[in-house]
Amino acid sequence: MAGATTLHAGTDRAARFESRAATREPGWVKWALIGVSLSFFALFLLLPLVAVFHEALKKGWDAYLAALTNPDALSAIKLTLTAAAIAVPLNLVFGVAAAWAIAKFDFRGKHLLITLIDLPFSVSPVVAGLIYVLVFGAHGWFGEWLIDNDIKVIFAVPGIVLATLFVTFPFVARELIPLMQAQGRDEEEAAIVLGANGWQTFWHVTLPNIKWGLLYGVVLCNARAMGEFGAVSVVSGHIRGETNTMPLHVEILYNEYQFAAAFAVASLLALLALVTLVIKTWIEHRAAADDVPPQESAPLASTT
Amino acid sequence: MSIRVDNIRKQFGSFVALDNVSLDFPTGELTALLGPSGCGKTTLLRIIAGLETADSGRVVLEGEDASSASVRERQVGFVFQHYALFKHMTVFDNVAFGLRMKPRAERPSEQQIAEKVHRLLDLVQLDWLADRFPSQLSGGQRQRIALARALAVEPRVLLLDEPFGALDAKVRKELRRWLRRLHDELHVTSIFVTHDQEEALEVADRVVLMNHGHVEQAGAPEEVYRHPSTPFGYSFLGAVNLFHGRVEGGAVRVGEDALPHDHSDLEHGAEVLAFARPHELDIITDTGSTEGVAARVSRILSFGVTARVELDGANGATGRHFEVELTRAEVTRIGLQEGQSVRLVPSRLKVFPKPEERPAAEPRR
Repeated sequence: MAGATTLHAGTDRAARFESRAATREPGWVKWALIGVSLSFFALFLLLPLVAVFHEALKKGWDAYLAALTNPDALSAIKLTLTAAAIAVPLNLVFGVAAAWAIAKFDFRGKHLLITLIDLPFSVSPVVAGLIYVLVFGAHGWFGEWLIDNDIKVIFAVPGIVLATLFVTFPFVARELIPLMQAQGRDEEEAAIVLGANGWQTFWHVTLPNIKWGLLYGVVLCNARAMGEFGAVSVVSGHIRGETNTMPLHVEILYNEYQFAAAFAVASLLALLALVTLVIKTWIEHRAAADDVPPQESAPLASTT
Repeated sequence: MSIRVDNIRKQFGSFVALDNVSLDFPTGELTALLGPSGCGKTTLLRIIAGLETADSGRVVLEGEDASSASVRERQVGFVFQHYALFKHMTVFDNVAFGLRMKPRAERPSEQQIAEKVHRLLDLVQLDWLADRFPSQLSGGQRQRIALARALAVEPRVLLLDEPFGALDAKVRKELRRWLRRLHDELHVTSIFVTHDQEEALEVADRVVLMNHGHVEQAGAPEEVYRHPSTPFGYSFLGAVNLFHGRVEGGAVRVGEDALPHDHSDLEHGAEVLAFARPHELDIITDTGSTEGVAARVSRILSFGVTARVELDGANGATGRHFEVELTRAEVTRIGLQEGQSVRLVPSRLKVFPKPEERPAAEPRR
């Protein structure tokens, strides 16, 4: 992944690629490629997005606002925000810890850990949800104990948070591992030799070096946490006003033929996606600005 | 502060990086750990710093066993080969880092820190770069900032890991001289690791020559260079000519030729390696002579004060190459020509019994 900086570097290389005779393609190839990708983009990405807002506002502003301020909708929004507010910080901590462990230490089972981090990406979200039902459900491993102690996990908020945590785990860790591996241990060692303790080293040396990657991971993690459907759907139980998140609420409204209301809530999710993209672009821009060595602008030839 | 390492052993998997190394580093001296890559010199330095732990053995700092002390307790300054400057901090903040990280009770005020940082930047002659970021500096400047940063916490010892390894030849040479001057000013006990024999000989008070996790020889640069105690030492320090042969009384038999030697402790018939530096070989153009070994001049390189003559071995030493250094006047006087058959007579010959376990050290240029 390590996307924050790599994407940006592409523009320079493209210019060079095109200016050289050896790699320059005929004009029709260039325009055909651009045409294909642009029409695909318009048809499959832009059109649905426009459709969402169009459908949402079809019955006018009042209906739109009414759909959003409906108590069930508000409850769904609140639950989604709650789940994200718990899952994202936890995954931030887990992700940094896992990336730190993998990048800075050598231990047995490291490769297994790297593989396991990817598990939520490779397993279907429905399966992830079912795992939690199996473990915490009424007939699951801990079911009896949980009932005896009057703790509800499945069909309640804790289950939704757990499922969200599971599916969003890889984002932060995956973003940080290659970044931290590339940076090596030199700066940390230097800090320790200079007398910094572990926390100071992390706060003053490690964190500033990974901040853009970290932010990037958090933004993606947040987007997925708010948009997750499958895993959450399995553990939620769809209790209106209690265990419905926004995506689940959209589905219920849609199934009840309340299209305008469904699209109104969906438009909020779409807006979230757009905001995420804007933040992501801004991060990429900042990271690239930090990364470009300003050597060219400051020729300090003298060395003695 | 004095440093002593006792029987340090370190193994990475099946690779023995350090095999019972014991060394003394007296107070105020600048010592070079010299050796080819993989000889264990950097590992030893990192063990002294506490960045690596030895499998067995002790590190003694100022008479006290520091083997189990943490890096921070050891109060060492460490300069990394690739600078390891904090990229996101200015030069000033880099140098101030160690002072700012001190516990509140020991931490100087910001004003004192600023004074000290500027004093150090003056010392490395880079005060004018205080507000720049490391990415805006040249390699040589970065390494000097790294040195200022290491000195800021007033370390008891200064450890430098191939400090000039990543720099180009010209800058390296300047920084070498500069480091020596700095050491003469500060007199901090310093150890620096290098694989460059010229650098070690030129800068250090004492050179420790290492190979395969062993200390081959330790001593003053002059002594180590003039009197290498092992075949490895001979071939690693400077250019050298190597003769494979067998002892026959007062001579070393090399193929059909014989070289006289003055070692009395060599057994008759023993396989030996004989070494002579390029300036310790004389060229005899008299074809009737039977002294020394036969060789043919392949190339004469005379662009310096001295001329270098490259020769191919003839007779018994076929396939070997030799190198002789002599003045240009001498080349003209004896009328040396490329392709000419000559004989080489060593004015000084160092003979070692052929080592058995390791492959014979080839002469290094």
